[in-house]
Amino acid sequence: MDKITKDLLEQVAGLHEIPTGAYNIRKDGELYGRNVSANIDIVTKTDKPGIDIIVKDNTVNESVHIPVIIAQSGLKESVYNDFFIGENCDVTIIAGCGIHNGGKDASEHSGIHSFDVGKNSKVKYVEKHYGQGEGTGERIMNPKTNILLREGSYMEMDTVQIEGIDSTKRETTARILDDAKLIIKEKIMTHDKQYAETNFSVDLDGENSSTDVVSRSVAKDESTQLFKSEINGNGVCHGHSECDAIIMDNASVKAVPALTANNVEASLVHEAAIGKIAGEQLIKLMTLGLSEEEAEKEIVAGFLK
Amino acid sequence: MLELKNVSYEVNDENVNKEIIKNISFTIDERFVAITGPNGGGKSTLAKIIAGILTPTEGRIFLDGKDITDLSITERAKNGISFAFQQPVRFKGITVKDLITFAVGHSITTTEACSYLSEVGLCAKDYINRELNASLSGGEAKRIEIAMTMARGTSLSIFDEPEAGIDLWSFQSLIKVFEMMHEKSGGSIIIISHQERILNIADKVIVLANGELVNIGSKDEVLPGLLVDGPGCEKLVSKM
Repeated sequence: MDKITKDLLEQVAGLHEIPTGAYNIRKDGELYGRNVSANIDIVTKTDKPGIDIIVKDNTVNESVHIPVIIAQSGLKESVYNDFFIGENCDVTIIAGCGIHNGGKDASEHSGIHSFDVGKNSKVKYVEKHYGQGEGTGERIMNPKTNILLREGSYMEMDTVQIEGIDSTKRETTARILDDAKLIIKEKIMTHDKQYAETNFSVDLDGENSSTDVVSRSVAKDESTQLFKSEINGNGVCHGHSECDAIIMDNASVKAVPALTANNVEASLVHEAAIGKIAGEQLIKLMTLGLSEEEAEKEIVAGFLK
Repeated sequence: MLELKNVSYEVNDENVNKEIIKNISFTIDERFVAITGPNGGGKSTLAKIIAGILTPTEGRIFLDGKDITDLSITERAKNGISFAFQQPVRFKGITVKDLITFAVGHSITTTEACSYLSEVGLCAKDYINRELNASLSGGEAKRIEIAMTMARGTSLSIFDEPEAGIDLWSFQSLIKVFEMMHEKSGGSIIIISHQERILNIADKVIVLANGELVNIGSKDEVLPGLLVDGPGCEKLVSKM
């Protein structure tokens, strides 16, 4: 494994070597490595680029890694990954995409992920986006995630984009059935002239369905962020969304929350706060001996932890 | 040793200059010094001026003979001043251990960090990895604030109303913390307080009212006069 591939894999999937269990590593548009387990099958799609990940009923304590690495400048791809999670499962899925762009052409990855989570299953989905490289070519990622949570299921989606992505437009839609729950935790930091847009749309269709969408972001330099969230309460349900952003330098952040209650028993809440780092936080850390720059760095790091 | 020479602080409020601190001079070299007086008298402002958060409009401040008036908050902290806020600051994502580590100034073990929490009566394992965020009660945050100041071990520590909100923890324990801090660092501890039990342990008491220093001396000299002819509201005093 070359150094760039190794670095990117470590950044996006926390991998130091080839993982144990099921995995599918895609590099520069091609299959780099795959392993299936007794309970988790990975099948290449025949009609378009991508894979089907099929998890058998009652699979517990297993993980699937499906990182994507792009080291070739100018590569543009759309990849379709469909997850079929059986009933009564408890699995962790680690996705993520790392782009190293050493050239002048834009590299672009659009991952279209769909999840069909079976009854009473529990899924933790971790997705990390990262870019690096000395080239002038842009690093672009436009992930789409479509989620169906069946009765009694639970999914936690942790999505992180901390560094190096010039432009991103992420869309997440979800449909939540009876007694199912979706938690989304998003962390974004943009710098220089980067642009990040996120768009969450959750339909709480089932009785006692619930969702909690929390986004924390830091916008630095001249970067721009747009956060949109839409929760539709169509039954006895509970929905909460929260957008908390720190704005610095000449950055711009816009939050557009929308809540629609179509049922008298729907309870929906949105909180949004955008502002600079609180002066008293800086002062407190400075009274502990940190310089203003060090204090700012620690506050941002903590906020995005 | 801390010395204030003719320190004044003025703010411009709707184009009217208002003097919050008026020409204050004193020297602090004792173990415990209490600053007391009515609310709005300038106590917290004075503490912020000493810590470097506010810059005096006139006068000079010396720490161990060195003029620190023009030093920043950070430089004063590094020169040996600690300041426990009246209202502890809340963060998002920064843990109690992170803050104690900043206070000590180098990386420490969890056991070391826990020892400071135990001193302020908190069960360390419940708190060490918690974020110092809005989920902590006022009293918990206050004790963590005291633990951070203790962890710094500087030659001058300022506590702004440390007793507020620590109801479940006794005064006696708070006083023990001050005694232990002095034993360890040998420095001076300034405590802004209204509490008689805290004033009673002071080697020196300073009374501020309307931004002026109205009395300074040993507790035996100052305390008896505090309520009788002190700067309090006459009507209120007559009712007590």
